[in-house]
Amino acid sequence: MSLLEIRNVSKFFGGLAATSNVSFIIQRGEILGLIGPNGAGKTTLFNIVDGFYSPTKGQVLFKDQVISGFKPHQICKLGIARTFQVVKPLQRMSVLDNVITSAFLRAKNKAEALEVAMETLRFTGLEQDKDVISRGLPLGKRKKLEIARALATQPELLLLDESFAGLNHSELNESIEIIRNIKARGITIMIIEHHMKVIMSISDRIVVINYGQKIAEGTPLEIRNNPLVIEAYLGEQHGA
Amino acid sequence: MKKYLPLIVLAFLAALPLVGLSSYTLDLIIMVFMWSIVGMAWNLLGGYCGQVSFGHAAYFGVGAYTAGILYLHFQVSPWWGLPASIVVVTIFSFLLGLAVLRLRGPFFTLATLATGEMMRVIAENLVWLTGGNTGIIVQRTWVDKTNYYYIVLAIAVVAFLTVRWLVRSKMGYYFVAIREDEDAADSLGIDTTKYKTIALCISGVLTGIAGAFYTNYAGLIAPEIVFSLPDKSTATIMIVMVGGAATFFGPFVGAIIMVLLQEAVRNIPGLGAAYQTLFGALLILIIIFLPNGIVGDFQKIKRRFNFGGADK
Repeated sequence: MSLLEIRNVSKFFGGLAATSNVSFIIQRGEILGLIGPNGAGKTTLFNIVDGFYSPTKGQVLFKDQVISGFKPHQICKLGIARTFQVVKPLQRMSVLDNVITSAFLRAKNKAEALEVAMETLRFTGLEQDKDVISRGLPLGKRKKLEIARALATQPELLLLDESFAGLNHSELNESIEIIRNIKARGITIMIIEHHMKVIMSISDRIVVINYGQKIAEGTPLEIRNNPLVIEAYLGEQHGA
Repeated sequence: MKKYLPLIVLAFLAALPLVGLSSYTLDLIIMVFMWSIVGMAWNLLGGYCGQVSFGHAAYFGVGAYTAGILYLHFQVSPWWGLPASIVVVTIFSFLLGLAVLRLRGPFFTLATLATGEMMRVIAENLVWLTGGNTGIIVQRTWVDKTNYYYIVLAIAVVAFLTVRWLVRSKMGYYFVAIREDEDAADSLGIDTTKYKTIALCISGVLTGIAGAFYTNYAGLIAPEIVFSLPDKSTATIMIVMVGGAATFFGPFVGAIIMVLLQEAVRNIPGLGAAYQTLFGALLILIIIFLPNGIVGDFQKIKRRFNFGGADK
């Protein structure tokens, strides 16, 4: 059953089409990888789903309800949470307070928000850093904090924008584990990632975008052997 | 012991007029409390929610004129201005918020600066309503200052408890989230416009009540007094920045310093009007050396001067 449907979505900035006529569906419970070269329009697509942009043409449907045109906070309330590629921690708040803030979206009171926040911190392995002011966190932990904060809003769909970029090897493995665990909780995930090994190993399906257009969609195996994708990534000569 | 500290402080403050303070001393303490209220109000919006207002004179003046106009045109006690200003300033802040809260950062600040000045010009020109530059003279209720002291103390305590309760609640978390990153807050499901409006209204109302009190206490209000950019809007910011933005006691500390400094300088011949210059200089030093204000950087001060003993 489809959880999110992107239907003929285009977004123009002036004359530039950042996204043009993209359509695909995310099934409930899957991990969908979104890949493409730099500037292909992946983050723009995230911003459209999450309400920061409204599409110039087309629609986004969440659980069969049109959500394009809604504000980000309304979309979050409906059950879509995101992380930012350039992390946006609430800098002068502690890690715990960051997560409590987002847990308040569904918690009835502060005690419940605290409980959800603590549980989320344990889940993402940030428990020991809970009292650290988030401005002082190293990048790897900031990326985790982004995920923790999004999770504490108790979403049905999680949008992860390059949550692995800049991580070292052990952090990478930890994060892959966290994402598998998120999936095991029944949360659907759409993920943007440049790290091919990661995306190929965790995605159930992959959508490839280039110059704002969808050029391929399929299982990791299909994508790996798709000549259009190889061309987009490695150049024409190599593909020929 | 620590549990009872607030009660002890409160008992001390309640007993203070009984020891026979001079009228002059009592006046200074009343001004400290009045400024603390305005400081706490500004702090809620500027310190916690991150919306820096250069126009809090607007709310102070609207509160003051609510009391003044009730007295002048409706012949009721200007004390009714206190409850009335809650209603009037809420409506005023809400309408103002619709316009200025669409703006972010420095643009918001400039818009508040403009609204403060706009209100002054309006008050100067609506002569039939406000008496123009002549202002409004109100018959004071008491000659003795003790009752005024208790009233302003009560307002300050209520303001303090309100701000503290808000800051520790869900709303406080939302305010700080908006201050730290408005886009991130939005993506966490926070209706930023709604919460900014709430912060603005509460901040405006607390300031307005202080203004209504001022009308009763001072007995005279005029546009260039209550809507003053330097004497009200900027002074408020200085109080909070010196005392410590986003701290519970910062506004008190800032208010004490400003009132005392003002009095100290006033008595120096030829320098009387320069207290704001000095206060400005102090503010610059504070921003350089104690960017979080005296209360916010108290640990730093302790370390610097080696008192407290723990870390020699």
